[in-house]
Amino acid sequence: MSVTALKPKAAPVAKPSAQVLPLPVTPRRSNRAAAAGRVFAERIAPPLVVLTVLLAIWQLAFSGVGSSLPAPSDVWTQSRELITSPFYVYGTQDIGLGWRVLTSLERVAYGFGLAAVVGVLVGAVIGQSVLMMRGFDPIFQVLRTVPPLAWLPISLAAFMDSRPSAIFVIFITAIWPIIINTAAGVRAIPQDYRNVAAVLRLNQVEFFWKIMVPSAAPYIFSGLRIGVGLSWLAIVAAEMLTGGVGIGFFIWDAWNSSRLTDIIVALLYIGVTGFVLDRLVGWIGRVVSRGTSE
Amino acid sequence: MGYLKIDRVVKTYASGPKVTEVLSDIRLTIDKGEFVSIIGHSGCGKSTLLNLIAGLTQVTTGAIMLDGREVNAPGPDRAVVFQNHSLLPWLTVYDNVRLAVSKVFGSKKTKAERHDWIMQNLDLVQMSHAADKRPGEISGGMRQRVGIARALAMEPKILLLDEPFGALDALTRAHLQEAVMEIHARLGNTMIMITHDVDEAVLLADRIVMMTNGPAATIGEVLPVNIPRPRNRIALAANPDYLRAREAVLRFLYERHRFVEAAE
Repeated sequence: MSVTALKPKAAPVAKPSAQVLPLPVTPRRSNRAAAAGRVFAERIAPPLVVLTVLLAIWQLAFSGVGSSLPAPSDVWTQSRELITSPFYVYGTQDIGLGWRVLTSLERVAYGFGLAAVVGVLVGAVIGQSVLMMRGFDPIFQVLRTVPPLAWLPISLAAFMDSRPSAIFVIFITAIWPIIINTAAGVRAIPQDYRNVAAVLRLNQVEFFWKIMVPSAAPYIFSGLRIGVGLSWLAIVAAEMLTGGVGIGFFIWDAWNSSRLTDIIVALLYIGVTGFVLDRLVGWIGRVVSRGTSE
Repeated sequence: MGYLKIDRVVKTYASGPKVTEVLSDIRLTIDKGEFVSIIGHSGCGKSTLLNLIAGLTQVTTGAIMLDGREVNAPGPDRAVVFQNHSLLPWLTVYDNVRLAVSKVFGSKKTKAERHDWIMQNLDLVQMSHAADKRPGEISGGMRQRVGIARALAMEPKILLLDEPFGALDALTRAHLQEAVMEIHARLGNTMIMITHDVDEAVLLADRIVMMTNGPAATIGEVLPVNIPRPRNRIALAANPDYLRAREAVLRFLYERHRFVEAAE
């Protein structure tokens, strides 16, 4: 709220006639500019300020001679190419981080895609019956807590090859929250919808697509969102051990050749990619389950 | 023989060793085209009775026959208009009706015929203007209209209305009662309506089935309402037949079968 100060009254003698002044035509645009300014001030400025402060602290803390970790300026000078050109190709093993992220994403796509399909189907079946739910839930709750890497030796033994093993680790990591959430979503389908389906005599397949999936979509997508986050955690860990050209192996490789600044850049890529994946699944979920809750 | 025959139906629920009889010895015969209201205090099992006719719950003993065939599973020949509309919120009004139409008439009607049939039923309840809206975007009365359209679109042998207007305000309720009377006059459907509104029961019904209090509720009295149709709620306000019927129902509910809260 602003208070407009009233002008002190001028002497009434000076003005001979009224003058018509054209009003300025710009307030609209300046309003819009003001709105943009407000968005910047409220949404964009705070993270930028925090980031700058954190980078400054980091810079101050590690810029001394003989510090164990590189400072942000070192990262920029030593690993600039990784930051500025993500998609260079100099050889089969010497490629940009963008390519490496894409390679990892491909594995995640297989593992997570499989987990999503199997998880939703298994969750749908288990959620239908109280007895099955009681039987399976404790097992899922236990398996859910097993860290991704703990699955790796078993899967290496089973598949005898690193590529399917990595995919299996993603699958087995991501599937539990998907199953558990889908089952919960199926349990939460209102009896009204079941009655409608019963009166219409929808068969199992029709019930699945027309009632269950849309009704349980918010639950399913929160499971998928947790799952995709876990997949991304698992792929980095799995690649560090199984090799290949993914982003996880890149970190391991950089560590072995003491390129610490490269690792920091890779961490940045991983973080941003994970963030994008999470938002992507969240966004798809919102679009798909639009209208599910009145 | 009646169109719908409810013969010595008993419904019990067993929870562990304790068996509760909800409905006891229900006998009722309803003719084709008849409009029957079922009235009773809450908890008297009237909704259970409707669910039994719908096939959503199974009878314990006895039998329900519709048009010569035993009812033992739900089906589109006994369409239900649920109390809380039960429209699927992720589908538009049109798609909600279409789900029913394509399931019931998927093989019997062409796509164009199905479209016409959907619109015809939405017209019947005056909801074709909102065909592309989602249930969340329309009022409670409109949702109930769409629920009726969906039920009618199945071309059921019998239309079951489970306290369909219970959650609506008095004015909207009156509008929908008019709509139901008009549809009944136009299509001549057999209808059973659960209600706890005495005026509604008398206004709409050819016969009023009054239920005693549970547990082990049964039909206490059946009152024929011999008021010629079309009925007009304003004209009826002073109609001696209407007042007599109304009084009879009130006496049944509040004198002879007064609802005792702690009946158990």
